[in-house]
Amino acid sequence: MISVQQIHKKFGKLEVLKDFNLEFKSGKSYALMGPNGSGKTTLIKIILGMVIPNAGDILVKGKSIKGSYSYRSDIGYMPQIGRYPDNIKIGQLFSMMQDMRPEIKKYDMALATEFGLMDLLDKPMHTLSGGTRQKVSASLAFMFCPDILILDEPTAGLDPIAVEILKNKIIQEREKGKLILITSHILSELDELTNHAIYIHEGKVFFNDTTESLKDITGESKFTTAIARLMEWSLKKKQIKTELSHV
Amino acid sequence: MFKLLKYALYDIVKSRFALLYTLFMVLVAISIYQVSEDMSKVSLSLLNIMLMIVPLISAIFATTHFFNNLEFTELMLAQPVKRRDVFLSQILAVMFVLSLAIVIGFGVPMILWGADSSVLILLGIGIGLSVVFAGLAFLASVMTRDKAKAIGISLSFWIYFSLVYDGFVLYLIYSLADYPLEKPTLALVFLNPVDLGRIIMLMQLDISALMGYTGAFFQDFFGSAKGILLSSAVMFIWMILPVSAAMRVFKRKDF
Repeated sequence: MISVQQIHKKFGKLEVLKDFNLEFKSGKSYALMGPNGSGKTTLIKIILGMVIPNAGDILVKGKSIKGSYSYRSDIGYMPQIGRYPDNIKIGQLFSMMQDMRPEIKKYDMALATEFGLMDLLDKPMHTLSGGTRQKVSASLAFMFCPDILILDEPTAGLDPIAVEILKNKIIQEREKGKLILITSHILSELDELTNHAIYIHEGKVFFNDTTESLKDITGESKFTTAIARLMEWSLKKKQIKTELSHV
Repeated sequence: MFKLLKYALYDIVKSRFALLYTLFMVLVAISIYQVSEDMSKVSLSLLNIMLMIVPLISAIFATTHFFNNLEFTELMLAQPVKRRDVFLSQILAVMFVLSLAIVIGFGVPMILWGADSSVLILLGIGIGLSVVFAGLAFLASVMTRDKAKAIGISLSFWIYFSLVYDGFVLYLIYSLADYPLEKPTLALVFLNPVDLGRIIMLMQLDISALMGYTGAFFQDFFGSAKGILLSSAVMFIWMILPVSAAMRVFKRKDF
């Protein structure tokens, strides 16, 4: 459903993504992993059209996103840090976002209700705690029943109860056959929520396969240790490179 | 587009700045109207204050507004709306509020104490300068990621057009005094929106006689239909150019 083709992105001299290719298919849930600064958020922002790549193209549902904007109504996005205008109230924010998508009439308010946001509708955004802001971001991502869900560190800053609610919601949506893309550093959570692992290292795809084959290849039975093994390998690869460069 | 503009305007009106700026303009206009009865003296004083204050406030306000609303802009960019519309809604809201402050601020005293055509032209120049400097400020904002740097660039635009440029023109005229300079000066005036506004206004008041031969030449030029058309066209270009340049950069910008 999303096809990332030969994406190349530089910030100044720093090459964040190099010749990056990936396919995301509907009905699967992907765990996007990698060390800090490996280009996960940049990739997501490129898919959303917030960052414009130097080269390459992205197809969403078979259509190029270049110069297009309507494809974004198929994507529910939960940012890593939800930043909202200060003066706006939660209720106004919800109705504003609904206003942006006039073609969608049915709203999924389940998450907002479970998070207890419906009682806070007249609270301005700047009075909210970081966790409540995350709840607002999550509710917005799921509100329009999009076919694609992109969640950038969804549980960071949430309390355990909220994390449970959000996880259940993600599993529910996964069962409906939606494409789900999650980045996180909490591996146990990714193990629960996703069935496909993508590991990015220094702007390149280091591993891209199902969770089962990840366990097979690394010879580990647990997801977390398998990922740890993967990280070791990626670091070793780098060491070998530097050793060679000394020759 | 209109939905975005609605929310942008709602947000800008809620910040207290718009109200304070309007109040300030009203106070300035009222105090000047109190000082003199003569309409042309009033418009001249208003002009002098406006040529200093309006570009400065427009530049600073537009820059701070852009950076204060960066969250809103980022939020909108992840929604199914055009980048162009996100940009235009922000800048149009700023221009609208700045122009409204001038219209209300200078307009209310005019309704109270009367006005002539020169004051109406003054309003037009005020709006024009607000648009020009808001555009320049947005251009400075989209070119940099740092708020302080952007404010610095906007301020240097103001310093350049309000102070440095005049010094440069004076120096040029002084050192080339032996040559006929009417046409070059006219061209130089067109290269600075503040000077352009000042000259258009001065030609409306009968003080061009004080400016010697160049004044007479200007009077002749800006008094003619061709001159009026040309000068408003140049002002219009000044209003459009920074905005479209800023929009081009915005469309390629990473958030």
